[in-house]
Amino acid sequence: MSNVIEVDHLNFSFGSGTLTQPVLKDVTISLEEGEIVLITGPSGSGKTTFLTIIGGLRQALHGSVKVLGHQFINSNEQIKVKTRQQIGYIFQQHNLLKSLTALQNVCMTLEINTTMTEQQRYDRAAEMLIAVGLGDRLNYKPDQLSGGQRQRVSIARALVGQPKIILADEPTASLDKQSGYEAVSLLKCLAKESQTTILLVTHDYRILDIADRVVELEDGMIK
Amino acid sequence: MNRFGWLYFPARLAWRQLVFDRTKLVAAICGVLFACVLVFMQLGFKDTLYASAASAPLKLDGDLFLMHKQSEAMWRPIQFKRSELMRVLGNPAVAEAYPLYLGLAPLKNIQTQAKRTLMVYGFDPDSLMFNVDSARNKHIELRLKDTVLFDEYSRPEFGPVRQLLEAGRNMTEINDYKVTIIGLFQLGVSFAADGNVVTSDLNFMRIFPRRNLDDIDMGMIRLNPGASVEHVQAELKSYLNEFVNVFTYEELLRHEKDYWANTAPIGFIFGFGTVMGWVVGLVIVYQILFTDIANHRNEFATLKAMGYEQGYFVRVVFASASFLAVLGFIPGYLLSLGLYNLAESQMYMPMPMLISKVITVFMFILSMCFMAGLLAIRKLKDADPADMF
Ligand SMILES: Nc1ncnc2c1ncn2[C@@H]1O[C@H](COP(=O)(O)OP(=O)(O)OP(=O)(O)O)[C@@H](O)[C@H]1O
Ligand SMILES: [Mg+2]
Repeated sequence: MSNVIEVDHLNFSFGSGTLTQPVLKDVTISLEEGEIVLITGPSGSGKTTFLTIIGGLRQALHGSVKVLGHQFINSNEQIKVKTRQQIGYIFQQHNLLKSLTALQNVCMTLEINTTMTEQQRYDRAAEMLIAVGLGDRLNYKPDQLSGGQRQRVSIARALVGQPKIILADEPTASLDKQSGYEAVSLLKCLAKESQTTILLVTHDYRILDIADRVVELEDGMIK
Repeated sequence: MNRFGWLYFPARLAWRQLVFDRTKLVAAICGVLFACVLVFMQLGFKDTLYASAASAPLKLDGDLFLMHKQSEAMWRPIQFKRSELMRVLGNPAVAEAYPLYLGLAPLKNIQTQAKRTLMVYGFDPDSLMFNVDSARNKHIELRLKDTVLFDEYSRPEFGPVRQLLEAGRNMTEINDYKVTIIGLFQLGVSFAADGNVVTSDLNFMRIFPRRNLDDIDMGMIRLNPGASVEHVQAELKSYLNEFVNVFTYEELLRHEKDYWANTAPIGFIFGFGTVMGWVVGLVIVYQILFTDIANHRNEFATLKAMGYEQGYFVRVVFASASFLAVLGFIPGYLLSLGLYNLAESQMYMPMPMLISKVITVFMFILSMCFMAGLLAIRKLKDADPADMF
């Protein structure tokens, strides 16, 4: 089976000169297609930093980071933008566009790069929202939705483009136990259908059972 | 993304973000509207000023005109000798030459006795100097002693002269000298004079006792049919005294207009007002766009993480700017239309809303909004998707 993400001897530090603060030390990990990997670890251990490097949002200089076959170390912005379009992001805050309805928010993913008609986009987005249980909230704006519902909209937004990879950073942090677990189970269920790889950072020990593999990061090193 | 979506999607997002916050939208529209009205009014006043400045020379029926070099404008002429004008008759192409006498003097309102200054034009009635039919038809009567024609487009402060004449009340005073208004003609007010009166050269000397027929303010020259105006102008320039200007009709119009545009600072003032309107509008629109980007920073960063490129956000900002330009321009145009009518009724000068002016102002507003957009897009740098997790 092919590896969707391959990280080899990745080193990353913030700052420069005497202020250099190493955050990731010699990280090596690979994720297969369809695998669900959870990253846990104490606060400040570098989990978020790791995720932003995988997502092509932060430039690392040492080691090797291959995502979907593209090398991210010393690559140009163009390649990263193209790769990002095949990644779905779920943030700790839902980060929905507050002037758009749930349906329009989900459509934003489909408007980046598409040959679909408006109608096809709407249908796909509506389908996705129905799948996350929001069929009756299609035309609600984010501030008319509950926290759990918003997070479900952002799951729909991440999945609707049929990404190869989902990156999620503490998606359950702003939700209560019940809705947090539901949201993640939903994510797992939908991702398994389409063989999507998931890399999920969490502190939430109740959701560890959805993972194929749990990786612990401590002080920038994988334990 | 196809060509249509290239602009349509960011424009649609810009539109949705604009209408989402109605109060902010209204504030932004008011800013553009304000700039729009300011620019419309400044340009309107300026055009009216120039048009009215040329209203009197526009009606002068001659081929060439003599004016003292130091005459800045017709309303403040420097006199020169009548003999200088008569020398042009030596040129075989010249058919006739007539002096024009100009003077500002108070006219007494027949009803209220209040005095107000207007412009008095004195010339030989047989010269048919003014190309206004109602003035030409009276040239015989104008030869009589102490007769004048009154410009019915003068400001209303001079009284309802038409009604008074119909009621037989035609006696008044100019410069404390008793005259009879024997008829009306049509010219129009300017920034220099609130009204106009035409009289014969002889009556002019009676109204202005200190003036004499030998010191003239302007000279009007008519050429024989077929003569070349430029040619004769060059000849006259070569042998007339160098203190006189020899103007063609168009040059005279330009001379009058240039006085207000350059010599009098009024042209500058209106130009300055126009630029100020642009700058004020720019600052307002810039502020709105800038805070808008700041408020949507997280949303833009999220979209960047999702794979939207920088150009998309630039297009969102410019689309917002264009929407604001159009949304502010439409009410700004309507309001200005009303104000133009109001100004016309107050100034008694025509202030037409020409299509060319509408286009000019729209371009002005559009450039203002684009400039604001250009300044605001720097703020887009702050949207860093790495901060979003
Ligand atoms: N933009 C930044 N500039 C400098 N240092 C940073 C920056 N972001 C994070 N760091 C530092 O890098 C280290 C790792 O941060 P990171 O956000 O990856 O931790 P984390 O594992 O996600 O923690 P948490 O569980 O609290 O979210 C921290 O010590 C932090 O201070
Ligand atoms: Mg973190």
